[in-house]
Amino acid sequence: MANLQSNSGDPKVNYEYRRKKSADEMRMQVITFTLMIFFTVLAFAAVGAGFSKWFIIPFVLLLACVQVAFQLYYFMHMSHKGHEAPQLFMWSGIFVAFLTILTFLTIIWW
Amino acid sequence: MSTIAHTQKRGFAGTVWEYLTTVDHKKIAILYLIAGGLFFLIGGIEAMMIRIQLAVPNNDFVSAGLFNEIITMHGTTMIFLAAMPLLFAFMNAVMPLQIGARDVAFPFINALGFWLFFFGGLFLNLSWFLGGAPDAGWTSYASLSLASEGHGVDFYVLGLQISGFGTLMGGINFLVTIINMRAPGMTYMRMPLFTWTTFVASALILFAFPPLTVGLFMMMFDRMFGSGFFDVAAGGNTIIWEHFFWIFGHPEVYILILPAFGIFSEIFPTFARKRLFGYSSMVFATVLIGFLGFMVWAHHMFTTGLGPIANAIFAVATMAIAVPTGIKIFNWIMTIWGGKITFTVPMLYAVSFIPSFVMGGVTGVMQAAAPADYQFHDSYFIVAHFHYVIVGGVVLALLAGCHFYWPLMFGTMLSERLGKITFALFFTGFHLTFFIQHFLGLMGMPRRVWTFLPGQGLETGNLISSIGAAFMAAGVIIFLINVVNTQVKNVQVGRDPWKDGRTLEWAIPSPAPFYNFKQLPLVRGLDAFWIEKMEGKTEMTPAEPIGDIHMPNNAFAPFLISLGLFIAAFGAMYQVDDKPWAIPVLIIGMAITFGSMLYRSIKDDHGYHIHKEDLLDDADKGGTR
Ligand SMILES: [Cu+2]
Repeated sequence: MANLQSNSGDPKVNYEYRRKKSADEMRMQVITFTLMIFFTVLAFAAVGAGFSKWFIIPFVLLLACVQVAFQLYYFMHMSHKGHEAPQLFMWSGIFVAFLTILTFLTIIWW
Repeated sequence: MSTIAHTQKRGFAGTVWEYLTTVDHKKIAILYLIAGGLFFLIGGIEAMMIRIQLAVPNNDFVSAGLFNEIITMHGTTMIFLAAMPLLFAFMNAVMPLQIGARDVAFPFINALGFWLFFFGGLFLNLSWFLGGAPDAGWTSYASLSLASEGHGVDFYVLGLQISGFGTLMGGINFLVTIINMRAPGMTYMRMPLFTWTTFVASALILFAFPPLTVGLFMMMFDRMFGSGFFDVAAGGNTIIWEHFFWIFGHPEVYILILPAFGIFSEIFPTFARKRLFGYSSMVFATVLIGFLGFMVWAHHMFTTGLGPIANAIFAVATMAIAVPTGIKIFNWIMTIWGGKITFTVPMLYAVSFIPSFVMGGVTGVMQAAAPADYQFHDSYFIVAHFHYVIVGGVVLALLAGCHFYWPLMFGTMLSERLGKITFALFFTGFHLTFFIQHFLGLMGMPRRVWTFLPGQGLETGNLISSIGAAFMAAGVIIFLINVVNTQVKNVQVGRDPWKDGRTLEWAIPSPAPFYNFKQLPLVRGLDAFWIEKMEGKTEMTPAEPIGDIHMPNNAFAPFLISLGLFIAAFGAMYQVDDKPWAIPVLIIGMAITFGSMLYRSIKDDHGYHIHKEDLLDDADKGGTR
C-alpha cells in the first residue's frame, strides 16, 4: 500500500540510501526530543517564576500544542508519505472540536 | 466448490438464515431498504394521523398527549430510521460497485451497523406498546424531556444511542472503503458524484454523531442514574443539550441531503446523455457544504438569547451555504441544457426536485436572517421549510433512486407507467400539503400544536394541507403495488437496463456476482463505463489477470451483538422503577454482547478463496452475461 515507509525493509531499495534516510530521521527525532524536554523545562520555569496567570496559561497551552504536533509528526511518523487522509481527518476533527469548545466558552459559560 | 454453495437454490429458512448472517454489501443494502422502507411506512402512518387530527378545527381524533407522541415519533422515525437507512441502502448497493471494489472495507462491521440500527429502531418503536412513546419532540429539548413522565424519553435515548452506534460504524466503513479500495485508475477526481457525496456524508457522520452520543449519554444519566447535567436546579445547564443536539442536528441535514444530491447527479447525466456539467466545481461545492455545515448549528437557537454577536456570526455563516448549493443547482441545469433528454421516472423526479428544493433553500435563507427568525421561530413556516428540504430533496431522491437503482439491486425494472402515476400523485400532494403551511405559519399557527380554533382563518389552509397528505399516501401505496407487481413478475432485464449507464456499477453482469468483479476494472477517466462504450467496447478493460478472490465468511455475531444491547437497554430502563429483574436483564444483555465480541476476537476467521478455476467455470456456464 501507499503508506509503506521508506525504511520498510524492501530489499530492492538501496541499502546505503536507507541507511542515510534512517540516520536523518534519527537526527530529527533527537532534535525534537531535546526541544520537547526544553519546552517542558520552560513550562515549569514559567510557573515557578510566578508570572501572571494571564501569561502562564496561554504560554503553557501553546507549548503543549507544539509538543502534540512534534509527537504526531516525528515520533508517530505522520510526516511520512501516505498519511494525507489521516491528516485531513485529524485536523478536521480538531477544528470541529475547537470550534465547539470556543462557542461553549463564549456563549454558554460566559 | 464455494461458488456452487452460493448458486444453490435455498429454501425459505435458508434464505432467512443467509440474510441474518450475510456480510455481502449487496444483501445488506436490501436489508437496509426493507427495514428503512418499513419504518418509512410507520412514520408515514404517523404523518397521516397528524394531518387527520389537524384537518378540521377543534378535532379530537387523537388526544393532546397522544398527539405529542405521534409528532415526536414521526420526526424521529423519518430522520433516523427511514431517510438515513434508505440512503445507506443505496450507498451499500451502489458505492462499492461505482469505485470498482469487491466489497466494503469491513464487511463484518457493515452487518453490525445494520443490525444495531435495526434493533435500535425496533426498541424505539416498541415504546408504543410499553407504556407510551417519547413525547418531547424529535429534538427532545432537555427542559421538556427531563420532565416527561413514564419511559417514553428513555426509549428515545436508548433507541437512538443503539442505532447511532450502527450509523457511526456505517459511516466509518464507507470512508475507509472509498479511501482504500478504489479500482486501479479511479483517482479521487474520477469518482462519480454519488461516491463523492457518500464520502462527504460519511465524514459528516464521523464528526456529527459523537456530539449526539455525548448528549444522549448525559440525558441517559440525568434520567436514569440521577446526574444533573441539564438540570438547572442541580447546577446544570439546559441549553447545553440544545447545543449538542444541533451540533449534530445541522450536519445531520447534510448527511441526508448530500447523498440525495449525489443520486440526482447520477440521474441527470444519464438521461440527458451528457457528462455532468462542472464536475470539479460539484466536488468542491460538496466538500464546502460539508465543511460549512459545522459552523452554523446555532441558527436553530437564535431565540434562546445567544446575544447579537453570536446571532450575527451564525446568520452570516448560514447564508454562505447558499453559495455552494447555488453552484450545484446551476450545474444541474447546465447538465440538462442541450442534452438529449428522456423523461423516465427517475428523470421526472430529478427535474421536479430542482424547483422544489430551491423553494426550501430560499425559506432557509429567510430564516437565517436572525431578526426575521424571531417571527418564524416555532411556527408552521418552519414546518413548511424543512419539509420542502427533506421531502422535496431527500424523499424525491429516495423515490428516484428506487426506480433508478432497482435493476441494479434486484435485476428487475419497476413499471414506468405506475411510476409516473406515483410521481404525479406524490409531487402534487407534496406541494399541496406543504406550500400552504408557509402561510399558516405567517398567520400565526404554532408548530407542534394539537388543534386550533375555528374563526381564525386557519381552517382552509389546514384542510388543503390534509388533502395533499392523502395524495402523497396514495402515491406511496401505488409505489408499493408497483414493487409487488414487479417482483412477482420477476422479468430479469440484464446488464445496463437504462442503456445509457455511465459509471462502473452498470458495467457488471446482472444479477451481480457475489464477488462483484471477476477482474478489477481499469478506470480511464470520469464516467468509466461510458468511455469504454464510446470506443465501441461492451466490457471494462481488466486491470489484472484472473486470480483467486478472497471473500469473507458469513457471521451471526453482528446479530447477537446488537441483540445483546437491545436486551440490556430494557434492563437499564426498568431499573429506574426498582424492578428486581431489571439489573439481571441488563447484565444478561451485556454478557450476550461482550460474549459475542469475545467469540469474534478469539476465533480466527480468515474467510475463504474463490479459486481461479471456479471463476473460469463461471464464465463458461454463462454465469456472467
Ligand atoms: Cu440547521
